[in-house]
Amino acid sequence: MYDSGKIIPGLIIFVLFITFPIWYNHGDAGAVPQPELPKNVKECVLPITEMRSDHMQLLNEWRDIVLRTGDRSFDVKIGDKMYQKSLMNTCMECHTSKKKFCDTCHTYASVKPYCWDCHLAPVE
Amino acid sequence: MDKKRRDFLKIAGVTTLAGLGGTTVVDRLVSGSSPVQARAAQEVDPAEHGAGEQTAAAGHGEEVVKSGNRLGMVVDLRKFREHPELLEKVRQACHAEHNVPDFPNKKDVIKWIWPTGFENAFPEHSTYHLNESSEDNKVPVFCNHCDSPPCVKACPTRATFKNKDGIVAMDYHRCIGCRFCMAACPYGMRSFNWRDPRAGLDMNNINRRFPTRMRGVVEKCNFCAERVGLGEQPKCVEVCGETKAMIFGNLNDPESEIRKVLKENFTIQRKPSAGTHPSVFYIV
Amino acid sequence: MFEKALKGNNYYWMWLAFLGTFIGIAAICYVRQFNYGLGLTGMSRDVSWGLYISQFTFLVGVAAGGVMVVLPYYIHNYKEFAKITILGEFLAIAALLMCLSFIVVDLGQPMRMLNVIFHAQPKSMLFYDMLVLNGYLFLNIICGWVILTSERKEVPPPKWIYFFVYLSIPFAVSIHTVTAMLYCGLPGRHFWLSAIVAPRFLASAFAAGPAFIVVAALILKRVSHFDAGKKAIDKLVTIIIYAALVNVFFVGLEFFVGYYSNMPGHIATLQYLFFGLEHNGHMYNNLVPFMWGFVVLFIIGITLLSIPYTRRHNDFWLGAGAAAIFISFWLDKGVGFVLGGFVPTPLEEVVEYYPTANEIFITIGVWAMGFFVLTVLYKIAIGVEQEIE
Ligand code: SF4
Ligand code: SF4
Ligand code: SF4
Repeated sequence: MYDSGKIIPGLIIFVLFITFPIWYNHGDAGAVPQPELPKNVKECVLPITEMRSDHMQLLNEWRDIVLRTGDRSFDVKIGDKMYQKSLMNTCMECHTSKKKFCDTCHTYASVKPYCWDCHLAPVE
Repeated sequence: MDKKRRDFLKIAGVTTLAGLGGTTVVDRLVSGSSPVQARAAQEVDPAEHGAGEQTAAAGHGEEVVKSGNRLGMVVDLRKFREHPELLEKVRQACHAEHNVPDFPNKKDVIKWIWPTGFENAFPEHSTYHLNESSEDNKVPVFCNHCDSPPCVKACPTRATFKNKDGIVAMDYHRCIGCRFCMAACPYGMRSFNWRDPRAGLDMNNINRRFPTRMRGVVEKCNFCAERVGLGEQPKCVEVCGETKAMIFGNLNDPESEIRKVLKENFTIQRKPSAGTHPSVFYIV
Repeated sequence: MFEKALKGNNYYWMWLAFLGTFIGIAAICYVRQFNYGLGLTGMSRDVSWGLYISQFTFLVGVAAGGVMVVLPYYIHNYKEFAKITILGEFLAIAALLMCLSFIVVDLGQPMRMLNVIFHAQPKSMLFYDMLVLNGYLFLNIICGWVILTSERKEVPPPKWIYFFVYLSIPFAVSIHTVTAMLYCGLPGRHFWLSAIVAPRFLASAFAAGPAFIVVAALILKRVSHFDAGKKAIDKLVTIIIYAALVNVFFVGLEFFVGYYSNMPGHIATLQYLFFGLEHNGHMYNNLVPFMWGFVVLFIIGITLLSIPYTRRHNDFWLGAGAAAIFISFWLDKGVGFVLGGFVPTPLEEVVEYYPTANEIFITIGVWAMGFFVLTVLYKIAIGVEQEIE
């Protein structure tokens, strides 16, 4: 009934199949992306490490506060300037290139945020 | 990753609860708060994108207190008759400001404010013979930002909601494109993005401070929430300028200009019988 | 039990392949629609729901109609229906799958579908519709499956299942009531804003659902050895006749209210649907043939079902009568009701809707998917029947 002659090769094929991405890239994760940082500003909304890991949550929060509660105040402090909570009108003010900033990591991590379906990236 | 897992747990949890305990549970869970607050939350929609989990973050999951404002508009049709070119100017300014696409094909049309005949705007006020002034002149129509908006009630995802100032706003991130709100609006003020709206825009010549929309979501006049929030006047009101053809303000503030105008003039609303309490008034 | 669906004669496979072809075409059309947007349909800002939602509305009725065999059997202990209850339950499953598919193909942003749960709005009728439709689907799957399994083992079904069977009865009523409330809760759409919409939907459902079962039972009798029994069919026909008459009576009441009261809002849509509406010197009447088709087929159907000869002595005429009622009510609810409601528009204009080929193929494909599921389910049910005989 149980055909071990088929099970073992089957299992091997299965394991090879699901590990395909690893050995296809020879266990190499590819070159680490180097997003280009703005030249003349040193600070961001949050410390760099937090921005790196949590910018999407931050954007979601901003979206909700601005859109749903209608609070559009300039209450984001960067350096000693106050900014609005806005992707297009605050973030992209300093990060003037979506290609050299956002896309470098997003492409590497193969995430496709739908922000840009509606929001406009700065003209490059 | 983490976010996904949480989302999954959330679906699993909410569906189970929805099955077991019905809607009250869901409602409380979604607004992540006590029943009293949850009821308040139905009045004005809180920031509740995934509220509950993210309460730690500043300003998140907090209930929005109703400001007591009810923003509204008075449209003075006499002024529009005096300045026949004004209406088209207003339309173009609004559409340019908000990146509303221009599609020649009638099936794809999207509009926020546009001219229509008196009898179309006010079917309940039609008369046997229209006087000349109402016959030739067009009436600007746009979302009424109803005080009891049927579109908000219909929307299954709270993508359409009433904000703290009484603006009936849209959250395009959330809209699933079911178009229930379009069927619910008794005024036909909503448009749907049947195709990618950017195909109908001149992308080199758009307002880069305001987003476009994506296909598959509904849109309409937002009472210029993005401007009003910064203390500015809506674009259309700004364009009318000194003609005072459009007057914007807080209907709940007895001292406001709009209240004064309402007090001094006979005004009508569109289809009052629909019970929606429009916040846009017309002086004929 | 699924193995029963894997054994069949050539006709069975040819039928499935035939349906599969249409499902395949629809899949391609849907990919096109998904990539371009709903602009590939004939809908517009004035007629914002089209074929998809109208089919959905009709099929909710077909699903609810299945209860007309479940109820007499379980509540009134009407033993003649023993064999066909499973047909009703499986019909409900297939119809509900079609309903859900029609909703999904109609969404502008289907990937965000779950927002209905994440950001549930308990004031929205669509939220309740989602709950009851999924609930009813779930109930029919367990009831159908458990009862069929015990039949196969030739043991009485477990006691607990009766809880779900009884529960499914109010659920059947609720799915169509809530679907009606999607429409009759909207201010400013005069044709829909009528308290009789829900009863009218139920009446038409209780005719269309059983009519489908009668046709299916007659076909099954020819292609397999499944015999529902003369008495059962006869009882079903009685149910169809009453329900169909009640439905048409309700439609008549709409006419009375509209034309006697002479309220413009109430007349406009009826005028458009049945006679054509004149507006700015142009005659709009593209739905008129469908509505008269509804009337004519109803008369033909009810006549065939009522005359004793065609009803009792000739399966062909009986099937034709039931099919006429089914199609007639499809024209009424699956075409006229939803599409007509958008005329005139809230701005007192008339915009007519013409579905595109892409949209029609998707619609056909969803129907084919439903028939596919139904065929497989009926095959299983009959396989079990034959096994125990
Ligand atoms: S006019 Fe229509 S879209 Fe605007 S708030 Fe009222 S019902 Fe909603
Ligand atoms: S189309 Fe969007 S805004 Fe309108 S009811 Fe559906 S989810 Fe809400
Ligand atoms: S209030 Fe703003 S969005 Fe509304 S019509 Fe005027 S300019 Fe357009």
